[in-house]
Amino acid sequence: MPDDLHRLPFERPIYERETHLTELERQHTDAPTEALEEEIRKLRVEVTRRKREVFETLDPADLVKVSRHPNRPQTLDYIELIFDEFVELHGDRSFGDDRAILTGFAKLDDRQVMFIGQQKGRNMKERTEYNYGCAHPEGYKKALVRMEMAAKFGLPIICFIDTPGAYPGVGAEERGQAYHIALNLREMSQIKTPIVCVVIGEGGSGGALGIGIGDHIAVLQHAYYSVISPEGCAGILWKNSSFADQAARALKFTSKDLLRFGVVDEIVPEPLGGAHRDHRQMANFLKGSLNSALRKLCAIPLDRLVDRRYDKFRKIGMFEESAVAEAS
Amino acid sequence: MSSAQKPEVESWTGQTRRKRGVPEGLWLRCDGCQATVFRKEVDKLLGVCPECGYHFYISARQRIQQLLDEDSFEEWYADLRPLDPLGFKDKKSYPDRLRDEQKKTGMTEACLVGRGYMRGRPLVFGVTDSAFIMGSMGSVVGEKLTRAIEQATETKLPLVVVSASGGGARMHEGIFSLMQMGKTCAALARFHAAGGLFISVLTNPTMGGVAASFASLGDVVFAEPKALIGFAGPRVVQATVKSELPEGFQTSEFMMEHGFVDRIVSRSELRTEIARVIDYCVK
Repeated sequence: MPDDLHRLPFERPIYERETHLTELERQHTDAPTEALEEEIRKLRVEVTRRKREVFETLDPADLVKVSRHPNRPQTLDYIELIFDEFVELHGDRSFGDDRAILTGFAKLDDRQVMFIGQQKGRNMKERTEYNYGCAHPEGYKKALVRMEMAAKFGLPIICFIDTPGAYPGVGAEERGQAYHIALNLREMSQIKTPIVCVVIGEGGSGGALGIGIGDHIAVLQHAYYSVISPEGCAGILWKNSSFADQAARALKFTSKDLLRFGVVDEIVPEPLGGAHRDHRQMANFLKGSLNSALRKLCAIPLDRLVDRRYDKFRKIGMFEESAVAEAS
Repeated sequence: MSSAQKPEVESWTGQTRRKRGVPEGLWLRCDGCQATVFRKEVDKLLGVCPECGYHFYISARQRIQQLLDEDSFEEWYADLRPLDPLGFKDKKSYPDRLRDEQKKTGMTEACLVGRGYMRGRPLVFGVTDSAFIMGSMGSVVGEKLTRAIEQATETKLPLVVVSASGGGARMHEGIFSLMQMGKTCAALARFHAAGGLFISVLTNPTMGGVAASFASLGDVVFAEPKALIGFAGPRVVQATVKSELPEGFQTSEFMMEHGFVDRIVSRSELRTEIARVIDYCVK
């Protein structure tokens, strides 16, 4: 169980009951009674009920906290839990090794794939190394080099998205953050190999989309995918980032919204209580999703796959045309 | 199509600029050098300060008048109208905001696309207007540009897009706006593969999701002098790096120095420069 520091406020009632449950179970082991057993049984049901209640009706502002939970599994955890092998390839052929985006060969059961994933890091040391998952232009360049290589050698591509956004720094601007994201969008739309993208935590804006064009887009149940961070949106539209909770509700970026809007193809369910409560189970769910998506996509001829990808993004947008307006 | 629609904001100092304290009338204060300049003279120079060369805001309609042969612009998809897919509300509801912006600018959305001629050369033309919700890209802007790119691909015409989009991807339409970046770039991929020429003209300001999609992907990228061009807004960068930003950071000149702009072209030279590139690339 995580320490107090990592407990989110709305998780408190769950943890309190779990602590109580552990205590009862200890008492029961020492001196078993029927009354105690009955109480334990009831409390277990209660804990599950509570978890379901809290997590099925998570406020978007709370969901953001879950998606950023320090114990939430990250790309490197999934590499360990899902893939049998990861051969990291560091080079971007132009500037340097951006640690915010990790790329390399990976083995998913019997399938060889090209893996691309954003890594945030958990403690200060890691976060400094991975720059909080905020990539520079060279990270996007590295991803593109790998994708082109994947197409050349017939490897399907898996992209894990987990970033608050592309890095807003001086060097990033000097080295063409905008251009490199744009280039990835253009090139990924034409890459001749299947691409599966999964938003595993934060899908922050252009920094997420920069490795997010694919044939199958999945999002974890408590992840979000948004045009801007709630803090950024509040800062601009409310002129005050303390309105982030309102912005989170206004932006409609939960997995359910995204599925309803047709922006993602699949919601990968999380273990009850969130992915941070059970990494292994989360990894199993995700592995199942990846396998079935790849099985389906690898059966589609490449030309058709690329056309299908075009149509997928082509049809996203909500507007009216006068012909439609007149009819209604 | 309805190219005859008269914009309400006719001059450099329409209602959109008034909040910056620019007085109406015969004289203007230049945002670049603070000099008081004669409005007629600025008009004659296509909206450029006679003292310092500062490029004033001009509307999308004015851009068309300046760049395309007289009355040659045939507007396409003018009937596309924005919706409110999120039911978005900040201090103001999105439908109210749209209504206000439409009234203010005389435009239905932040972008015009169509076909026109530049010194006799046919082309597909798109332009965004920074007065309409910061020229930001929502579903309508994304759709209009994508259709224009597809038309250019089909008719094998060169494509010129003049961007004035400080707002990037429009927040009020959430994830739909983000996806317009992917949509426009995918259309450009096909255009590119078909051998189409895309000239992207960056004007003040071109930021965020517009810079990080179609606007950066020109075969040739022009920028008007001293325009603000970049991904993250300067205030965001400043807050992140917590130190002084370099001199001229995120200007056209800075972007050219770092390799992302090919030529700085002043407004009076744009027609000539664009036409010349077309003559090199389109046979």
